[in-house]
Amino acid sequence: MTNTADTADTANTMDTMDTTGTAYTMNTAYTMDTADDLIIGGEKFSSRLIMGTGGAPSLEVLDQALAASGTELTTVAMRRLDPAARGSVLDVLRRRDIKVLPNTAGCFTSGEAVLTARLAREALETNWVKLEVIADERTLLPDPIETFDAAERLVADGFTVLPYIGDDPVLARRLEQAGCAAVMPLGAPIGSGLGIRNPHNIELIVEFAGVPVILDAGIGTASDAALAMELGCDAVLLATAVTRARRPELMAGAMRSAVSAGRAARMAGRIPRRRYAEASSPSIDGPPPVHR
Amino acid sequence: MNVTINGAAHELPPGATVAQAVQRLTGVRSGVAVAVNDEVVSRGAWESTALAEADRVEVLTAVQGG
Repeated sequence: MTNTADTADTANTMDTMDTTGTAYTMNTAYTMDTADDLIIGGEKFSSRLIMGTGGAPSLEVLDQALAASGTELTTVAMRRLDPAARGSVLDVLRRRDIKVLPNTAGCFTSGEAVLTARLAREALETNWVKLEVIADERTLLPDPIETFDAAERLVADGFTVLPYIGDDPVLARRLEQAGCAAVMPLGAPIGSGLGIRNPHNIELIVEFAGVPVILDAGIGTASDAALAMELGCDAVLLATAVTRARRPELMAGAMRSAVSAGRAARMAGRIPRRRYAEASSPSIDGPPPVHR
Repeated sequence: MNVTINGAAHELPPGATVAQAVQRLTGVRSGVAVAVNDEVVSRGAWESTALAEADRVEVLTAVQGG
């Protein structure tokens, strides 16, 4: 492929080679000393990319994007049944053998979230829930007080609770102590694509956490996902960055590669930052040969 | 007997069950959950749970989101 103008918009071959081929290679390209599974609530996942399903223009596009992402865990929302709806996101997940993670999106109070989680458990036969209690429609920021209250009630009711929270290390710790199976701090507001606004807080959350830290919300492009992993997050959850990309399937492959690369870089251990240069070539006795 | 199903008014015969209310919307049972007046009614109890006048029935399923 020599014509670069062509590669942007044509060629399924590029998709096949680049999204599928490279991404598959990426997952095995680096060598971990031991199996590098993500373990949440006692369950193992080999993919560290958790997908959302919101925003996809169609179930077909979603299906292709999920396949390209390599995800094994994907969120859905609970809504009133629409008798006119054609096809179901559940069919897509079932066909791809992806574990369903119901969320409580749209809930503003602890009570609403607990009821939604119980309905999801009944409908989907899972006790996992991504707990999401938002404070207002404009920012969609999580309400820490309602979220904590709901988390306590859901843990007591036997749920595996993954709460969506602000980038607050103290709240993350309190939710872990309350029995949550993971914590999901935001990088930036949902759908904003602003990346990770406070990397220092994410690092603090990671440093203190005894449960998986999943960077959730705000991811705009692949480098954001890689940064989340480099900061030490155990996984990344994203939706909009893929589903509203011009080419969702291609972006899904990019995210898959980014999460793998970021994870590998974290495990490899980055070099310290220096103020001045440090020569990487051996020093020379006397002046360089050209001056002799 | 008047009840609300997913926010819309419905008239059901006296003593109608949750199963009959669900049937108004869908014949599918899997992937569906029901709450009556904010309490979950498990699938196994739909046939045996009678509704009362003015009950609020919510029938939910999973959709794209998050």
